[in-house]
Amino acid sequence: MSETRKGVLIYGETTEGKLAAIATELLGAGRKLADELHEELTAVIIGADTSAAAQEAIGYGADKVYTVDNAALSEYQSELYLSALDKAVQLVQPAVILFGQTVPGIDLAPRLAFRFKTGLSMDCIDLAIDAASRRLLQTKPVYGGNANAIFVTAVDPQVATVRCKAMAPREFDGARKGEVVKLAVTIDTAAVKTKVLQRVAEKVEGIKLEDAKVIIAGGRGMAGPDGFKQLDELAQLMHGAVGASRPACDSGWIPSTTQVGLTGKIVAPDLYIAVAISGSSQHMSGCSGSKKIVAINKDPEANIFKEAAFGVVGDWKKILPAFKTKVKELISQ
Amino acid sequence: MNIIVCVKQILDPEAPPASFKIDPATNSVIPPAGIAPVISPFDEQAVEAALKIKDAQGGKVTVISLGTNLLRDVVKKPLSMGADELILLEDPAFGGGDSWSTAQALAMAIRKIGSYDMIICGRQAADWDAGQVGLGIAEIIDLPAVITARKITAVPGKATVEKVVSNGYEVIETSLPVLVTVSNEIGEPRYPTIKGIMAAKKKEPVVWKAADIGMTPDKVGAAGRQVKLLKLFQPQRDGKCEIISGDTPEEAAVKLAQRLREAKVF
Repeated sequence: MSETRKGVLIYGETTEGKLAAIATELLGAGRKLADELHEELTAVIIGADTSAAAQEAIGYGADKVYTVDNAALSEYQSELYLSALDKAVQLVQPAVILFGQTVPGIDLAPRLAFRFKTGLSMDCIDLAIDAASRRLLQTKPVYGGNANAIFVTAVDPQVATVRCKAMAPREFDGARKGEVVKLAVTIDTAAVKTKVLQRVAEKVEGIKLEDAKVIIAGGRGMAGPDGFKQLDELAQLMHGAVGASRPACDSGWIPSTTQVGLTGKIVAPDLYIAVAISGSSQHMSGCSGSKKIVAINKDPEANIFKEAAFGVVGDWKKILPAFKTKVKELISQ
Repeated sequence: MNIIVCVKQILDPEAPPASFKIDPATNSVIPPAGIAPVISPFDEQAVEAALKIKDAQGGKVTVISLGTNLLRDVVKKPLSMGADELILLEDPAFGGGDSWSTAQALAMAIRKIGSYDMIICGRQAADWDAGQVGLGIAEIIDLPAVITARKITAVPGKATVEKVVSNGYEVIETSLPVLVTVSNEIGEPRYPTIKGIMAAKKKEPVVWKAADIGMTPDKVGAAGRQVKLLKLFQPQRDGKCEIISGDTPEEAAVKLAQRLREAKVF
């Protein structure tokens, strides 16, 4: 099979008709792999109107973009998207397929791989082509981030999902040329077994967590919802957003959409202030890409101090108000 | 409502990070001394989700676990929580498998069970964090699937699942049978009751070997893998944290703000 399958295909996830950040990251990673293989980089984009996103994908490095346009595909639906993708993969016959480790990515990738009778690696943080075998080396964190594993598969297509913010996009080049191929796929909405009745967006005020340059995150040691108000005040002062560890979310102190970690959001701000967070591997999986981590924790042995650039050992209740006052003063200077 | 739940016995993910050790010669994790394995936390939450449906609708919850050296005290926990039956796919031949070979075996066992309305799995096991087995089973058996559930309710013939997405959740209605994977947002699993523990003690699990589910040795465990592990290693951390101290916590806080400003961090 590996003789007939060629090239790298990425799944081009979109938000509101534009390429999602993860898709630009996949194009960056995919371009490098395709160049190494001296093969094509293609993208598949599924939606109601994909023309703008298709041009974007070319500017970010795709040689060819396959689009599936249908009014019924305006929003993600597992079965319809999987069937469109299945058709695209049959046509393109890629050797490598990359998805984002996002909700659509973790839904589509395993089913697609099993359908094509191949194995896959989820949540990869590094991808490379082995010089001798020309196979894809898939590096992913395992054991909650305590270890990394490098996997390889013998069967094509080689499928992987890639962690958000783990790969860099190329600089956008609006003059880059590429081909857009519209695929005619029959979309049978009547055959759908899982119907989306409602989409409930939890209201987020201010800056989105994934986009924030500064994140103030609270953990189990916050011991209740009240402390998060203080974190929010500090976040507003520093033009940042509030995040949380899983125990804080599971306790209901703060909405689960703020969860940072292996099964929550992956963030990479310039500054990540971890307040009363012990720093489990699962949590660090979500924030270890931050430029500077600051830890405030009363336990000097807490794992977070192994990951942080700056730390204060002590009770956040005493530290936070004084910190906030001083930050305010320094910002106003 | 007949529900099948797949659970995995794993090394305790809550074990202290310092106890985590790798044997580079075998590319495997050395089980930490004195720390018992557990059911993967998302899988315990899958059991909880099944029991909630049983509480509301009645029916039967069957738990399947695949592995080698399955400790009865560990894998019987779902029974003590209230599950009705435990099937163990326990055979040395299952050792060293990946998501592919595991999903194939679980799908065969589910086919052998025959009748069910729903299959529930955790979103990923907290050891390899692969996150594929649930959807793999759905693909093999050709079932619809909903991932990352935070709530499942079911009535005869259909279920409603709240699926966690990045900015909130979706309410999805699905026909049955369906496969659902659960996320931590579904809530804490219940504690076993004394009555439950006593009942679980008396219940013996059904044990199926590879041949019992119609699988040949070349299709299971290490022999049936699709994905080859080349290397397992612990990432290096530089671990240079500059600790800012002061005579009082307030003083330390002020110095931290000054230091961060100096370093142009904000």
